[in-house]
Amino acid sequence: MALDWERSQKAEEGIGWESTSVLEMLQESERLFSETGHYCGLRELPFKTSEPIRYERIFSRLRGGLVNARETALNISASPIVKEIGELCFALYTPEGDSVALSTGIIVHVHTMSDAIKFMIRNRWEDNPKIRPGDVFGNNDAFIGDVHNADVHTIVPIFYEGELIGWAGGVTHEIDVGAVTPGSMAYGQTGRYEDGMITTCEKIGDNDTLHASYELRAKKAVRAPMYWLLDERTRLTGCLMIRDAVLRVVQEEGIETYKTFIREVIEDGRQSFRTRVQEMLVPGVYEAPSFMDVPFKGEARIPPHAAKDTLMHAPLSLTVGGEGEFTLSLEGANKWGYHSFNCPPSAMQGALWVQLTQTLIPNDKVNDGAYFATQCVLPRGSWANPDNELLSTTLSWLFLIPSFTGMIRSLGRAYQARGYVEEISAGYPGTWNLTMGGGVNHFGVDSAFTSFEHSCQGTGAGFVKDGEGYCAAMWNPEGDMGDIEAWEVLEPLLYLGRSVKPQTPGMGKFRGGAGFESVRMLWKTQSQVIFNVGEGYVFHGAGVFGGYPGNAGYRHNMHNTNMEEIITTKSPYPSYEGDPEDSKMSALVQAEYEEFDHRSLTLAEPYQENDLYLAVQRGGPGLGDPLERDPRAVEDDLNEGFLLPRFAENVYGAVFSQESNGKYKVNAEATVKQRVEIRKKRLERAVPAAEYLAQERDRVLHGDLHQPVKEMYESSCTLSSAWAEKYRTFWNLPSDFEF
Amino acid sequence: MPSYDRETIEQLIDGKLPFRQLHKILSSFKDPDRFDQYVSVLQNRVSYRDRILLPYGLHLNIVLNESGARVVKCDCGHEFCEYTTNWKLNALVYVRDTEEKLQEVYPRFMASDPKWMVLREFYCPTCLTQLEVEAVPPGYPFVFDFQPDIDAFYEKWLKRPVPAV
Repeated sequence: MALDWERSQKAEEGIGWESTSVLEMLQESERLFSETGHYCGLRELPFKTSEPIRYERIFSRLRGGLVNARETALNISASPIVKEIGELCFALYTPEGDSVALSTGIIVHVHTMSDAIKFMIRNRWEDNPKIRPGDVFGNNDAFIGDVHNADVHTIVPIFYEGELIGWAGGVTHEIDVGAVTPGSMAYGQTGRYEDGMITTCEKIGDNDTLHASYELRAKKAVRAPMYWLLDERTRLTGCLMIRDAVLRVVQEEGIETYKTFIREVIEDGRQSFRTRVQEMLVPGVYEAPSFMDVPFKGEARIPPHAAKDTLMHAPLSLTVGGEGEFTLSLEGANKWGYHSFNCPPSAMQGALWVQLTQTLIPNDKVNDGAYFATQCVLPRGSWANPDNELLSTTLSWLFLIPSFTGMIRSLGRAYQARGYVEEISAGYPGTWNLTMGGGVNHFGVDSAFTSFEHSCQGTGAGFVKDGEGYCAAMWNPEGDMGDIEAWEVLEPLLYLGRSVKPQTPGMGKFRGGAGFESVRMLWKTQSQVIFNVGEGYVFHGAGVFGGYPGNAGYRHNMHNTNMEEIITTKSPYPSYEGDPEDSKMSALVQAEYEEFDHRSLTLAEPYQENDLYLAVQRGGPGLGDPLERDPRAVEDDLNEGFLLPRFAENVYGAVFSQESNGKYKVNAEATVKQRVEIRKKRLERAVPAAEYLAQERDRVLHGDLHQPVKEMYESSCTLSSAWAEKYRTFWNLPSDFEF
Repeated sequence: MPSYDRETIEQLIDGKLPFRQLHKILSSFKDPDRFDQYVSVLQNRVSYRDRILLPYGLHLNIVLNESGARVVKCDCGHEFCEYTTNWKLNALVYVRDTEEKLQEVYPRFMASDPKWMVLREFYCPTCLTQLEVEAVPPGYPFVFDFQPDIDAFYEKWLKRPVPAV
């Protein structure tokens, strides 16, 4: 089909509708929303109302074009992160940068690309460097619009008869970004100058062709250039397919219909979100704080001002208003830091978006209407909205992931109050351990790797069933651990085994889904540096209604081992660790030294051939009192390796025996009696809350707290007078109290 | 819009619905009468006669008591306090603040370090059910999980007055 984008643009006039500039269009759109509360001032949806079938048909065609683009483009990429895990998505935008429709995939980026497009508009890219048919723009700057620079945007304007009628955008996650240390989310940096390759809404191509100069720069800037370059083509291909799909719709339906449609569909999305809130939730205020440890104290490889222990504070509250307003606030969040975990607002909005699309609005008709229906309060100067754009952001997910788990619990409380118990989830765990690093690899090439097997964690327990095991990532609704063989091509680490990890599910009446663990051995490489990533000194989140959190992480790595001898003599080798108090790794392998501790967040540590690296993934949080768990389910957990016997006894109150075939058998009657005894023990050991609070107040008053905890409180109180007041009021502290 | 019979709702609440049926409910439009059905089932199951205004957790409800107050009440009949106050302030609490206490629930290394984070278990003083577990740093205020706006919910969303004595 002949397409019209080639038609020349009106050089002296704006590229917006009716010869306005696109900046004027954006300003007008914002004015109308501000004055009316409706997108583009649309109080009614006349097109949808008068021609509902045609309206739905247009949406389906556009959506189909986006999904088709994704599925085709996915096969152009060579990167396992894209091919195996599906870490890419595409979206279609209005000329002003508001999303109309999106593909499947990692849809966190639908709004981050919106921010990037609006950045170009507000900064008059229309004048310089010009926005023309066939142009290609690249962006991966989190302070412009992104989560972190591993997620690279390709954005293409869509013109029709000289007018800008929209944008197509695509995102993939890269394997390496050329930072100081290898990997896509390497950290240890203290500023953006060390973050590697950052493209700032740069024009990286024209006439639908990438600039050779850009490709050369990328090739020289990152450690895995083949993947970067193929992914760039992946995204560009998808964007061009979307442009073709849009122009076909325009030619068949007429440009005026298309223009009307893209306005109405966003207001439709906004109204639908409000309706959905009133259908599913209960107005009120929900609180669900979470925390993340950054144990960098004494770290010699980073400057003294960064080498300290810190605790991230995400005091999430959700306010649902009487008209269906949905406001998420992090008032009280503590200050940003000299690390790579800072989250600019675009990242926060992206995380909110990906959570909403998996909870309140789990359907295909999602667009920026939901963005216009929600509010995000992100305190300036905090880690969630840094007032310093020179900060590093390569691993902003380290704070993003824990900070939103409370939102899922809060929604669960609302669903329970409404009776929609089938929707409840106790939250999600951290999506880590993230195995990432680099060095001269098994092909003799200086390279880098970022395994994405961590896309597959246990889910939170439900109200009516257990969570699912090793299947999901909070940031990707299509989580997948990927094939071992694919990762072994990319990484010089053999899998000795992948196994269910016992005690990862948060215990409760219903338990969380299990995590898994991988034992890796360095292979055909003299040296690599590898990170451990995840929480270790804290739990990532909490359970709900009496359930426990899933596991916290730990590290267990073995250096200078006798693995070569084990292989030569065909002796038993460990394919799993199992219970860390009875480690199969330590039992079977000798090492000159081991790292075996709480510390799960390390800088890139050196390894050599035959060293062992353990990647422990996480289980979901639990729901309800564990003493209410069906004894038969406890029996299944024991037999399937999710639960260790001593916790079946201590926490679930199960009385059981092991039969000759090794299978456990729970005695339901004896279990009932044992549970009565455990309740009696609760009475013996617990104290009235007032008594505990009196003791704890004394501790607070005297500042008898671990240094990072105390500093977290100090920082939150300094940044937010409201949170300081709340803290002092709760503990009945003097009005001038400071730590 | 779908509507489900009482037996289906009871099976759903009890986690006994076959997965295929559960999946269908998950994928369908929501049944607008669910709130009333759910409250009716809960009301039949509790040991007290106070009217349930709003379910408030696995074993807690906000009820209208005889004196007309809206209070948080456990299934066993234990009355905590008015719903505008955090019920945890009137619960029993056990804090896992040492490695030893945490290792009763998690293997070594798979729990938090108690200097950084503790677990607070909240029990009903009468039936000793574990109603919530907080995972917070030492010195953190009790989390007020949910402060519902019952008046707005009934009047604006359900379009009917809040039940009164």
